[in-house]
Amino acid sequence: MAEVSLELIGLQILTGLALGCIFVLVASGLTLIFGLLNVVNFAHGAFYAAGAYIGVFTFGYTGNFWISLVIVPAVMAVFGMLTERFLLRPLYGRDMSYPLLLTFGLGYVIVELIRIVFGIDGIPFSAPAALKGSMFLGDISFPRYRLFVMGFTAALLVGLWLFIEKTSFGLIVRAGARDAEIVKVLGIDTSKVWLLIFALGTAIAGIAGFLAAPMRGVIPEMGVTVLIEAFVITVIGGMGSLPGAVIAGLLMGVIVSITSYFAADFSNIVMFAIMAIVLLVRPQGLLGRRDSVR
Amino acid sequence: MADKIRSAPQLSRRSALIYGASGVAFGMSALLTPVRAQASPIKIGFPVPLTGPYGSEASDQVRCAQLAIEDFNKTGGLNGRLAELLVRDDKLNPSEAVTRTLELIEKDKADMIVGSLSGAVQLAVNDACKARGVTYNALSLSDRINEATDFGPTTFHEGMAPYFSVGALGQYVFANMGKKVAYLIADYEFGHEMRRAFQVVGDKMGAQAVLDVKHPLGMQDFSSLFPRILAAKPDILCVLYFGRDQLNALKQASEFGLKDRMKIVVGALSSTQRIAGGADAYADVIGASNYYWAAEERYPSSKAFNAAYAAKYGGGVPSDYGSYGYGGVRSMLELARKAGSVEASALSSAVGAGFKFDLYKGPQVIRGCDHQSDQAVFVLRSKPEAQMKSPKDTFEIVTIAEADESKLRTCAELGHKT
Repeated sequence: MAEVSLELIGLQILTGLALGCIFVLVASGLTLIFGLLNVVNFAHGAFYAAGAYIGVFTFGYTGNFWISLVIVPAVMAVFGMLTERFLLRPLYGRDMSYPLLLTFGLGYVIVELIRIVFGIDGIPFSAPAALKGSMFLGDISFPRYRLFVMGFTAALLVGLWLFIEKTSFGLIVRAGARDAEIVKVLGIDTSKVWLLIFALGTAIAGIAGFLAAPMRGVIPEMGVTVLIEAFVITVIGGMGSLPGAVIAGLLMGVIVSITSYFAADFSNIVMFAIMAIVLLVRPQGLLGRRDSVR
Repeated sequence: MADKIRSAPQLSRRSALIYGASGVAFGMSALLTPVRAQASPIKIGFPVPLTGPYGSEASDQVRCAQLAIEDFNKTGGLNGRLAELLVRDDKLNPSEAVTRTLELIEKDKADMIVGSLSGAVQLAVNDACKARGVTYNALSLSDRINEATDFGPTTFHEGMAPYFSVGALGQYVFANMGKKVAYLIADYEFGHEMRRAFQVVGDKMGAQAVLDVKHPLGMQDFSSLFPRILAAKPDILCVLYFGRDQLNALKQASEFGLKDRMKIVVGALSSTQRIAGGADAYADVIGASNYYWAAEERYPSSKAFNAAYAAKYGGGVPSDYGSYGYGGVRSMLELARKAGSVEASALSSAVGAGFKFDLYKGPQVIRGCDHQSDQAVFVLRSKPEAQMKSPKDTFEIVTIAEADESKLRTCAELGHKT
């Protein structure tokens, strides 16, 4: 094994943080939806793939990455609203398995539709010219596009935090997450809150898919592995906890990266091993509420 | 005399008609039976992974296999017996593939099986066919299927063996690109076979392995493996897996600037993956392949194959894995012509010391001891977008290593009695 220098470990950590940002992006939409709607969204991976395809399709027409980056969340939000309004809402109040099974099936339908419309072959897609190439941080070079994804994720999370913590709508969201019944009794139309939160979660999944497309390729099944990663991060961070998803995502990125250095064979297993330990020691996850564990 | 005449059987007109009609019917049936048997089609079972990550390769294999059937039938079939293709989806799963194969053999009465696009799947199908004495021509890369432990008299292998495909590739890259090599190896049969083959040719060429990174199959993000590779400072990075894993690794390696610091070589280069991954990700990547359409500049059979494909499917060119479908089906049918039968034992005997043909990529020989199809290996370089003259102009043929038995493992090395 090559000598382990500080520079190398620094690069490995930076790589891990960039990987963690992708974990955070895919897990935050999932945890947001679970935290408020109590819906285990198995269609999240398919939303991620749909976002990538919508982005690539839009890019084909406009030739502009940035316009696509605006259109993807807008289209996905509308898709999320339609899903919540017409598919999920009729199932509220029933057992948790109903929406779970519905989203599970919906995921299959979306992927099949992608295959029918765009074909089973992948679609080539690269980072925009302005973000191609590497930047030098001292002696370490790092892809510009990954640095952009890290910056974008940070900005998105700050925006989400401001939205939830500093706006009156965010206050309702937080109250709804604590006790939806009380919020309803206070005369607030929670159905609109759920509609918007589901749309927001879907839009974030779509953005994650589009941002990942230049790094991971665009194929109909691209969301399958991502869904598993998102669930692992969500469970480790605490189901429904956005700060938990952020911490767990970044932590897992760095752990996977360091594991890859010393024992690449175990880089996939390490996430599951940590999830098992967290479930045994702290079943509610790192920042989850104890009452969320029954 | 009168007695004699009396003693002779007397046939009434009715009896004569009945006997006559019976005789004619019997005679006709005797004449018709072999005709009917000859007219029953030669059924070729074709299990390939139509769904799953290699769906596009498998779909092109089906297209090419159908072309092979047409070409065989157009030239009269086997003494008038025409062939038909029975396509099944093996879902890239060994147990699914075995189930479909057994159905093809027992229910559909397939005369032979051709197919598979994964080493593990083809070994499982080979076992099923061996047990039932049905000929199987495997289309995936594998060294193991030729070894005496897995081989049977019904086994044929149209797919290349990494030993000679990587052998040809290694000879070129280690002579021209450097000797310090890092390997990225997916932890499964294909990756291990490729690594062993690179070791053999690397030892011959004086190459030195500076790093071996094994990782699980199906990784989405390879970035965490790159710092180690950069630190090892190799001349060449060999990426030893196929499909979407390969595509993602190359995309991310480009992103991290690995191509600026080392040459990237893949054990198997496929045009379908190159098209899905885009010119940027694959630019200047070198790899081995079984076929590339530009072979038509060298081989008349390639020109005819490309033209027939374009005519049947409204343009386009056959892919490398697709052409395996053509070669795999057509070579078995031509062997059946030589044998005069589709019986497994007749086919095996007809190979003799070697069955030679040129169907789509220049001279090929099915070797007697292990039924390996010895064939040309194409060493290709993926063109950057600026060098492409048309969308199909994806690769440059760097060199073609013609079929040469001395480049294969010997029959004794494989454990066959010589």
